[in-house]
Amino acid sequence: MTQTFTLGRAIRLTLLSLGALIFLAPYIFMISTAGKGQSEIFTSSLSLIPTQFFYLENFAKAFGRVSMGTLLWNGVVVCGLIFVFQVVIAIPCAYAMAKLKFGAARLLMALVMLGLLVPIHATSLPLYVAFDSAALLNSYTALVAPFSISVFAIFLFLQFFRAMPDDLIHAARLDGMSELGIVMRVIVPNAWPAITAFAIFSVVAHWNDLYWPLIVVSNQAYATPPLGLLFFRAAEAGDDYGALMAATLIITLPLVAAFLLAQKRFVEGITMTGLKG
Amino acid sequence: MSALSIKNVTKSFGENHILKGISLEAEAGEFIALVGPSGCGKSTLLRIVAGLEGADSGEIVAGGRDLTRLVAAERNVAMVFQSYALYPHLTAGQNIAVPLAMRNLTSMQRLPVIGSMLPGQREIRKDIMRQVTDMARSLKIDHLVDRKPGQMSGGQRQRVALARAMVRQPGLFLMDEPLSNLDANLRVHARGEIVDLHRRAGVPTLYVTHDQAEALSMADRVAVMMSGSLLQLAAPEVIYDDPAHIEVAKFVGQPRINTIASRVDADGAVTLGTWRLQPHETLAPGSDITVAIRSEFLSIADMGTPGLPAHIERLEFLGSEVIVYTKLDAIGESMVVKLAPSEAKGLVAGKPVTIVPQGERLMVFGADGARLRADLTFTTLLERAHG
Repeated sequence: MTQTFTLGRAIRLTLLSLGALIFLAPYIFMISTAGKGQSEIFTSSLSLIPTQFFYLENFAKAFGRVSMGTLLWNGVVVCGLIFVFQVVIAIPCAYAMAKLKFGAARLLMALVMLGLLVPIHATSLPLYVAFDSAALLNSYTALVAPFSISVFAIFLFLQFFRAMPDDLIHAARLDGMSELGIVMRVIVPNAWPAITAFAIFSVVAHWNDLYWPLIVVSNQAYATPPLGLLFFRAAEAGDDYGALMAATLIITLPLVAAFLLAQKRFVEGITMTGLKG
Repeated sequence: MSALSIKNVTKSFGENHILKGISLEAEAGEFIALVGPSGCGKSTLLRIVAGLEGADSGEIVAGGRDLTRLVAAERNVAMVFQSYALYPHLTAGQNIAVPLAMRNLTSMQRLPVIGSMLPGQREIRKDIMRQVTDMARSLKIDHLVDRKPGQMSGGQRQRVALARAMVRQPGLFLMDEPLSNLDANLRVHARGEIVDLHRRAGVPTLYVTHDQAEALSMADRVAVMMSGSLLQLAAPEVIYDDPAHIEVAKFVGQPRINTIASRVDADGAVTLGTWRLQPHETLAPGSDITVAIRSEFLSIADMGTPGLPAHIERLEFLGSEVIVYTKLDAIGESMVVKLAPSEAKGLVAGKPVTIVPQGERLMVFGADGARLRADLTFTTLLERAHG
């Protein structure tokens, strides 16, 4: 397929490239800094390509001083658990609200909308007090539990399920499926686009979340990646920005890799939900 | 005992009365078409019989079992949906197998991994596969079993939906406009196939459609519904030739039946334009009536012949027949006449003609729409009113 290279197209591409460059600049600079020696970082000259490559040293420092494995493992466990709970809870809930008729449906819908409006920052203090008195601070529970019910997930699945034809569910009922059977055998297999879209939002948000882990975790053993970085900066690295950037690079790498692997899904998910990242 | 009896079923959504007490009996192996315009409640009735919606009152008994309080899964009814409602993530074969798997396998045996290790399930699965293959072969879709619904045409999907409904040999067959998503050619072909399948299966069938031609051509009996009431339930010929209600007469038949509003004269006769007609039985003088006649029972003669003077407005040539749209000179009512092409020779728009009805085909309906069995005869029509 050949495309004519018109002036309009050239302008469009230039603008897009410029935009991409602006958004990518901090990340590119991070990659660059991760390869610079201490002295070069603090010189007044600014070069993108390090004069001397210190990648090995910086990565060695990052791995040596921080338990990167623990951080990444915590990130995977926390994000994974949050995502699984969110989906397991939100899908039946959204199905009931989208396809079953019951008295409190409107009230529940109103509550979901209300829930969407309340940010975690508003509830964090009472949640903190509660976890503290339950002696659950510094645990996976404290990191996962507040996010296990996601009104956003319910809302997203609700919209998706509403678009599913009623006849499909009627056919399943006539074929002898229970309501749970319908969810497992008809809804979930056809909801993968919605589930992947939600997975992207959920995992990205919780992998990068610093706010909540900072509140409930003070023990390095339960630190999620961003929190680990914070500890690293405060305690170990000090002003060793080379090592710090190397550590940051390692932590952002899983998401970048995931994005590159599932680029198409990402875009699908974002266009499907009509939301921007 | 009838195979299916629906007794006085009512349903309303708020102030909106969808079904106003529908009663209907189907004999074993009977094919009943529920026909009516959109919103007449025919689909709601079907859903109530299926158990997908609850009735406000009334009873549904099928094969001696009271279904009224049973959930859809326990009613042993199968349904074909307008959208076919095939599971998009399963192949045609898997779609057809679902009702059998749900019935024959236990919930443990249906589990993905554990289920395939349980004893006894292998034979059941083999049996299901055999039944699916047989069914697919009998509907000539055996080459499609590995395809997903997205890769099939409308006609193929419709067959898969039929196969899924028939495979478990239900006690009652429900079809909700299964042909309306097919193109015109395929639809006529599929009519014959469904009738064929129905005859082979011998299961009582309720078939919902808004297409009166479909209802007349397929069903043993046709139930005409209007705004929540069952107006008439009878054989197609009776529905067409002897409608019990003006709405039935208007709904059935193409082109639409000709109607002329009139009033019974003081002497009991009926004036129709320049003609006076004598009813068989006495009609109450002064009451409003509607006289109706189908277009094929009218013919066109030259001016001056005894009949109703009219002008031709428009002609439609349909190949085997010609539809002539005319306007009566005396009362300005439109009259549609269906003629054989040979009879329509020499007719052009604007030409003054005489319309001659076949007297025994005139029907009279009262002000409430009900048929009055006092049909007019043409023999007494040959009397000019007011000179």
